[in-house]
Amino acid sequence: MSQWLPLLILATSLVPALVTFFLDQDQHRLRNTLNLGGALFKLGLVVYLLIEVARGSFHEVRFDLLPGQFLLLRVDALALLFLTLSALLWLLTTIYAIAYFHRKPNLSRFFGFFGLCVFATTGIALSGSLLTFFVFYELLTLSTWPLVVHKQNPESMAAGRTYLRYAMPSSAALLLAILWLQHLAGPIEFTGGADLSGLGSDTLRVIFVLFVVGLGMKAAVVPLHGWLPAAMAAPAPVSALLHAVAVVKAGAFGFVRVIHDVFGIDLVTTLGLGLPLAVLASVTIIYGSLKALGQQGIKRRLAYSTVSQVSYILLGAALAGPFALIGGLAHLVHQGLMKITLFFCAGIYDERAGIRRIDELDGIGARMPWTSVCFSLGALGMIGLPPMAGFVTKIYLGIGGLEAGAPWVIGVLAASTLLNAAYFLPLLYRIWFVESPSRSRPGERPLGIVAPAVLTGLAAIAVGLFAGAAVSPLAWASLIVERTYSP
Amino acid sequence: MNLPIWMPYALCGAGLVGLGLYGLLARPQLLRRILAFNIMGAGIFLLFGALARRGAVVGAIVDADPVPQAMIITGIVVAISATALALGLIVAHARAGGGEGLPGDTPGVGERDEPGADEAADDSGSADRDGRRDEREGTRR
Amino acid sequence: MSPVPLVLVLTLPLIGALAAVAVGRHGGRVATAAALATLGAALWLAVRVAAHGTVSVTVGDWTPPLGIRLNADGPAVLFLAVTAVIMAAVVLYARRSITGPKAGVDRGGPMAHTFWALLLLLWGALNVIFVSRDLFNLYVGLELASLAAVALVGIEGRRETLAAALRYLLFALTGSLLFLLGAALLYSAHGTLDLGLLAGQLGRHPSDLLALAAMTAGLAAKTALFPFHVWLPPAHAGAPPAASAVLSALVPKASLYILLRLWFDAAPDGAGTIGPQLLGALGAAAVLHGSLMALRQQRLKLVIAYSTVAQLGYLFLIFPLAAATAAIDPAGADAAWRGTLFQALSHALAKAAMFLCAGLIIEAAGHDRLDRLAGTARALPITLFAFGLAAISLMGLPPSGGFVAKLLLIDAAFERGAAAWALVVLIGGLLAAAYLFRPLAAAWRSPDGDDPDFAPVARRRQALPMALALAALGLGLFSDGPAGLMGGLP
Repeated sequence: MSQWLPLLILATSLVPALVTFFLDQDQHRLRNTLNLGGALFKLGLVVYLLIEVARGSFHEVRFDLLPGQFLLLRVDALALLFLTLSALLWLLTTIYAIAYFHRKPNLSRFFGFFGLCVFATTGIALSGSLLTFFVFYELLTLSTWPLVVHKQNPESMAAGRTYLRYAMPSSAALLLAILWLQHLAGPIEFTGGADLSGLGSDTLRVIFVLFVVGLGMKAAVVPLHGWLPAAMAAPAPVSALLHAVAVVKAGAFGFVRVIHDVFGIDLVTTLGLGLPLAVLASVTIIYGSLKALGQQGIKRRLAYSTVSQVSYILLGAALAGPFALIGGLAHLVHQGLMKITLFFCAGIYDERAGIRRIDELDGIGARMPWTSVCFSLGALGMIGLPPMAGFVTKIYLGIGGLEAGAPWVIGVLAASTLLNAAYFLPLLYRIWFVESPSRSRPGERPLGIVAPAVLTGLAAIAVGLFAGAAVSPLAWASLIVERTYSP
Repeated sequence: MNLPIWMPYALCGAGLVGLGLYGLLARPQLLRRILAFNIMGAGIFLLFGALARRGAVVGAIVDADPVPQAMIITGIVVAISATALALGLIVAHARAGGGEGLPGDTPGVGERDEPGADEAADDSGSADRDGRRDEREGTRR
Repeated sequence: MSPVPLVLVLTLPLIGALAAVAVGRHGGRVATAAALATLGAALWLAVRVAAHGTVSVTVGDWTPPLGIRLNADGPAVLFLAVTAVIMAAVVLYARRSITGPKAGVDRGGPMAHTFWALLLLLWGALNVIFVSRDLFNLYVGLELASLAAVALVGIEGRRETLAAALRYLLFALTGSLLFLLGAALLYSAHGTLDLGLLAGQLGRHPSDLLALAAMTAGLAAKTALFPFHVWLPPAHAGAPPAASAVLSALVPKASLYILLRLWFDAAPDGAGTIGPQLLGALGAAAVLHGSLMALRQQRLKLVIAYSTVAQLGYLFLIFPLAAATAAIDPAGADAAWRGTLFQALSHALAKAAMFLCAGLIIEAAGHDRLDRLAGTARALPITLFAFGLAAISLMGLPPSGGFVAKLLLIDAAFERGAAAWALVVLIGGLLAAAYLFRPLAAAWRSPDGDDPDFAPVARRRQALPMALALAALGLGLFSDGPAGLMGGLP
């Protein structure tokens, strides 16, 4: 019982992906059924897993790679959070992608790599050791490159090149950090942490910096963020997945694991690394928002917004104290829901109405009401006004900052809110309050293309409104922090 | 001075090895290189034989150790096959338009250009030649 | 314990070669039969050794030092098995490329006749090398392998390939003679050429250092160590793709194998520290130089050939990491040994896959120039995917054999306290990513103008490199078993 469930969950992403590679372009029905079926099955298994874990059962799979090196999958509370988020969003993105691509070419190839990407993300969520984490982290890079260059045009190829230029060196840094640390302290599992007490402070600092470089690339931390805006050349479902679920979250997730499970927040603070990291996160938050102001392309503006928002999670992880971490972990979910809504809508705008730039948004609210309402919900959530989810995050992060003796965090959060408003409100104004130059109503069909956005948009409101409920992401984050990180 | 009987042969062998190695490395012409290879081989065999005789003087083996002798014979056979292959390749190379030495070894001794000779069935022929010349001549292009 | 599989593994390829010569035009069928039979024998032997330990045969029941002993232990059997898998795939591939309707050469011409014989001779020679424990036997095997390989390089008969073959021959012959010189000196000093009997004795006699140096130099030249690598790119790029696969994947591994046996089985403690460090430094230089040259190439086969130069460089890192330290640091030395073997084996599988992919691309497109490969993704999806998987192993990314090798080598470097070698491995991986993604992207992108003409290639043939690439990945996923067979540093 305790062995097969994690493996089965992984298989529900891997098997459809591998089978899809062999399908012909024209076998639409089979391909869609396979992928949707896999996603639904996975979600079902995850729910089952949640119930099992609530009942107290323990799930772990160990796979011997070499004498002395092994791969470890383990289900703990944090893993479950990330896993549930990714399973849910994968299902919705699959529905969206099917509707978005409709009859475009190379679909078997796309869905094959898409499935591999989710497989890698699931593996990252379920990783129980640093080495396992690395294996799936690299698989993620390898499976997302074909998605970024999917369109095969020069712009996409250039985006792919940039992506690799950032990804490869940072992964080398990550591997170096992991192997170095393991050489000093033995194989490192997340539960129970590593015994780093006997190691030299300077060595640990260098290793930590290597970790920051390795994880910071995917988490789009300044100055390693450059690949993210470039990757906007990919089709919308790819951007949605990359930004909300897979790549950036994997980086952020990695940070939480390394800071809290490997080093431990106390050690990080003692080494004097917590504060610089918090500062780095803050710089990224502000810088991302500033750059977003200057972007005319919708997707690029959203990209820089992601750069900024993901660092909230990093900020939460870096500050010592439970409130900050709760805020950060909750934001993992909140940002995921809000950003994916925004990208879904951006994709619909692009596909149905040819809108790619801010100035083309005039009056679209009347012509594409559903999409625009969802977009607005996402945008308002990003700005962080109550009762949206973003507001909850900021409250917790602010309290966390005070707790950690860094009251300037509140200033950063306030500035970020203002900047978010500055680059989102004008969009909303254009959408709703400006006359449209044309009268046509671009269809918001098929249902599959709009429904996911509606669902995530509503979810984004719900997690904010009902943040106090026992099953909200916030409550979940509190549970994680309580159980795992406080003595 | 009472030299052991095997010493001149060993020294001669060592000398031949040196000469052969020099010829192999320093001479651009292919035939000379093959000759040098043969000289070097002969030197090694001579050395081997001398050392075998030395073994006989030192140890309890009568006259000369038979094992190195067997190896020398095998070695000669191997060297002959290698030489045969080398000569065959040199002749084929010359027939296909190659010169005395290998291209890129020395500027003067190179291939004669025959336009038709390389239009082989494999279409990568001309691109092949361009690419290789690029790679050989480095920055000249 | 029955030595039958061991004997079969040696004799079947040689008999097959003779039969192929006799049969002439139908050599392909004979070769296929011999290949599959030898593959079976190799796998049988592997299973036998995995279950019961080393299988040994003394020829004619004459024991060393007069007799010859053949020994199949863990590492030998791994190399035999990988060689058999690669050779079988190459034979199946070449059936259509040498004598099929796609063949670029006259079907009745000399290449069709001699190719099979040469390939099988090469295979037999490699097998002899892997199981021999006797320096002279190794010399004969090495020579046979080199001559067969040289002939394969020049088989197409064009001027450039003949020149490449001649250059290869000169390097190979020099290397063999240096090896023979070393063997002669060792014999005169110790009275035996058996590696087992020499073990522990090397280093006692003053001429041993010279012998070891000569043999190492000769073998290093054959393994294309920088700066003796200049023969490799033109030779491997000029040979027919089926031959290139074997030349890059297997032939340098044979000379490396002898080098490893010589250094680690016969344990020269008198090697000092300069020799191993020098070899490691040259290996690092090979990694850098090969990678940088690969980045500049315009033809796919040359990229792959320079990649071989770079990847072979990793194999020399074992010297600074493990030589003369086994007593001080057994864990690190074991890791270095296993890492090197994993690197050799997974590189063999991945490189063979890559050359077969290149061959298929040349068949479809008529050329292998990188700037005109756009659109290959649509024409040859399986081939390109196989190329990508093979590239993953060469880059050392999970979940491949190359990744396992990288892990072990970096671990060994840390154990030894010599982190610089770890950096060499990491930077090498980055450079490999750079020069392998370049052709991958070139083939992936869509063509600017009209769709170029691609001749169709059967899916079954595309499955061959895919199988090899998957084997390279499998070596990483199921690495526990092979690691057990490899054992620790001998």
